[in-house]
Amino acid sequence: MSEGRTTSGPVADHAVAADAISAARRLPHAPIAIVGAAAVLAFLPALGLPAFYDSLLYLILSWIVLATSWNIFSGYAGYFSFGHGAFFGTGLYTSATLMARFDWPFLWTLPAAAACACLLGVALGAVVFRVKGIRGEVFALLTLAVTFVLGTIVGNTPLDGGSGVSLASVPIPRIGPTPPATFYLLALAAATLALLLSWRIAVSRLGAGLFAIHDDEDAAEVMGVPTFRYKLAALAISCALAGLAGGIHALFLNYVTVGEVFTIAVPLTVVLMSVLGGTRHWAGPAVGAVIITLLLYSFTAADLAVAGKAAVGVILIAAILFMPDGILPRAQRVFPRGKRPPLARAAVASEAPRTPAPAATVARGDVLLRARGVAKSFRGVRALAGVDIDVRRGEILGLLGPNGSGKSTFINLVSGRLVPTAGSIVFEGRELTRCAAYRIARAGVARTYQIPRPFRHFSVLDNVALAAMFGGGGAAEPAAARRDAMTWLAFTGLQDKAHAQPDELNLHQRKFLELARVLAARPRLVMLDEVLCGLTASEMDDAVALVRRIRDQGATVIFVEHVLHAVMAVTDRVVVLDYGVLLAAGPAAEVMRRPEVITAYLGQPYLPGHPPDTELAERPGA
Amino acid sequence: MSGFALPSATLLAQSILSGIFTGALYGLLGLGLSLSWGLLRQINLAHFAFAFLAAYLCYQLAVLGVDPLLSLALIVPAFFALGAALHAAMARFSITPLNSLLLTFGLTGIVEAVIQAIWTADFRKLESAYGAHRFKIAGLFLPVPELITLLVAVVLSFGTWAVLHYTDFGKTLRASAEDAPIARAFGINQGRNAWLLAGTCSALAAVAGVCLALSFTLAPSQIYAWIGVVFAAVMLGGPGRALAPLAAGVVIGVSEAVTMAVTAPSWAPLVSFTLLIAILLLRPGRVA
Repeated sequence: MSEGRTTSGPVADHAVAADAISAARRLPHAPIAIVGAAAVLAFLPALGLPAFYDSLLYLILSWIVLATSWNIFSGYAGYFSFGHGAFFGTGLYTSATLMARFDWPFLWTLPAAAACACLLGVALGAVVFRVKGIRGEVFALLTLAVTFVLGTIVGNTPLDGGSGVSLASVPIPRIGPTPPATFYLLALAAATLALLLSWRIAVSRLGAGLFAIHDDEDAAEVMGVPTFRYKLAALAISCALAGLAGGIHALFLNYVTVGEVFTIAVPLTVVLMSVLGGTRHWAGPAVGAVIITLLLYSFTAADLAVAGKAAVGVILIAAILFMPDGILPRAQRVFPRGKRPPLARAAVASEAPRTPAPAATVARGDVLLRARGVAKSFRGVRALAGVDIDVRRGEILGLLGPNGSGKSTFINLVSGRLVPTAGSIVFEGRELTRCAAYRIARAGVARTYQIPRPFRHFSVLDNVALAAMFGGGGAAEPAAARRDAMTWLAFTGLQDKAHAQPDELNLHQRKFLELARVLAARPRLVMLDEVLCGLTASEMDDAVALVRRIRDQGATVIFVEHVLHAVMAVTDRVVVLDYGVLLAAGPAAEVMRRPEVITAYLGQPYLPGHPPDTELAERPGA
Repeated sequence: MSGFALPSATLLAQSILSGIFTGALYGLLGLGLSLSWGLLRQINLAHFAFAFLAAYLCYQLAVLGVDPLLSLALIVPAFFALGAALHAAMARFSITPLNSLLLTFGLTGIVEAVIQAIWTADFRKLESAYGAHRFKIAGLFLPVPELITLLVAVVLSFGTWAVLHYTDFGKTLRASAEDAPIARAFGINQGRNAWLLAGTCSALAAVAGVCLALSFTLAPSQIYAWIGVVFAAVMLGGPGRALAPLAAGVVIGVSEAVTMAVTAPSWAPLVSFTLLIAILLLRPGRVA
């Protein structure tokens, strides 16, 4: 079998992180390697190296914690934050204040530092994630602004008082033989924790959800990823680790000032480290942290701080130009290990011939989805003006109408992407109109997009596995989800493309990938938005046959389509929308003959006296 | 700590005035940044480094006896070329907006190192014929360098606005920013437009740098001091709009100055960034 991997270009290897779904199976080495390395490094102070080595190693480990913690949220989910200084600083000042003012012992302040930073992150996220459209540069600069506000407040209140906090009188616990060794061992523990968490998240459902959010947040939510909760969880973990690093650093510095903490330097350094190492791999930021810290240090040590600054700049530029994905993904491309487990092939051989079992016993006839008086307005434009539609269990219902008649709006309302202005939508006795989109997906509703929206950095297999993991079927764990996904790829005839990237598929294959994703979610209601659009005649026949098979294996289908012969062939019933109102409903052959339907599609019949250009013209605004 | 003390009317008026002057410099620094972000989709952190490089060049020329305003004739074309070249390099590698931020940060580090290597990390102050002069009107001081900055900021902002709205070049720029593929289909030469605009943005940074040199002491580390507040001004106004940075800059400058007069100078950053956070949360659609 020709693996997508061998034929694929550079894009294929974007998938390193997405393939973390599979990494869970083949990489139990990762945690063993992390813990093993930590255990060996823990004996270093016993060698009695000069204290300055302990301090240098402490700095490297501290940056590993910071960069890795940043990556857990910002790298995985694609929300680049420039506010890491705020969380680091919160931990630092929490620890410093507790030690200097309240005489807490150092080690007891560390959980408090992590908790305070975590709390700040959750509070920030709870507000920011509710506002749609805060992503990318806007999120980056917003978090930077938070840093400066926080820094100003800390600097002007007794927390700092503008002159800094001295911790000279705080005793350093004797964990290592010397104070620098103690800090080294603490940072080593923190780095081990950070890397284990980072790895664990990358190979878990949480990680898969975060990577999906990175690529297409709306599509992820509609496929059942609880985006708000996942982002908040990742941010909480990220901030807690940053706070922990800050808490340790407070005593290491011994003298804490606002100007050195709440700056743009901390976030830019961690972003630099993560981007350099690779943001889609759990170990990427750590690699970047080691390189950058050693580099900066070697220049400072050689009294070439200025040259060091320039060198870091040059490295950053070179890294972005020549390794936009980071060092680790690049290295993996140059030295590919036996990465692809035989899992996929085995799955094809053993399971492909078997048709998947029906998701639910088909009891045809009763109403599965009942929409009543559903209306949606966009700032005065009425897309839907109160429609009643019943979808019966087991049927293929055609949803027709000219462009702009409200078909897509209806799908967006049912899938929870939009909230209706009025009306109710009841699915299996459950009101959907106030449900979050991911809950609707889990209740058993799935949709395709007219223009396919695969997750760009996921392989075809992982695209489908994500749906299996988060959809109504709830295949829970990544490994099981991948096995399910292989079955559905076979069902749609895409099994040979399992390890290809979506970019390598043609339109026909991308449409089928959409169908495979829908199927993997094991839905009871499938909404197909113009799946035939742009296909050739023979591809259309394949697609129509597939739609029938989707129904036969247990799902009810809403079929939005303009290709009339396909509608006639495949639907049991059609409803026609026009200008947001229901125009007609009934069997396709009968409905399409009604004069009002013909008028809606083709315009008024020519009558003498009318201006000739209205003849057969498309409706205005159509 | 800072108690709240109501300042006298003269002090308040002087504060507002100095806020307007500072705001004009924010606006001038923000103008090129805003154009490049809004119209080119490139967030150019190196804008600040370019401004400081221009400021130091102006300082060096002044030491050699060249009038600061006269030095613009040399500095502006040089920075136009620099900006155009940088853009050519970024276009060659098709950089995403986020990577443009990181790449220009790297560039900032390099420029900072170069400045430090040539002029050292010490503070430098340009001594010019303008620095000493100031008018006094109705008890308020109007220093000449700040007046020049205000004048330059107003003229350049309105000039840019007029170019964007009344010339074919400006219209094609705005069309390309709104929908690049369609604009290309209509025959707009985007490659040429882009390097012209990138060059202009750098030239604007250079002008802002010369104004900066007129009123402020220079140090390499000061490059970073301006980033936060100028970004706040750009985002407050919405990137890509010619008059917005000046207007937002003056709003921030005045509110900072009044905060300083009423409480303590160290509270000033709170105002601009709280304003920024509020606008981002309330109207996120306005930016990007």
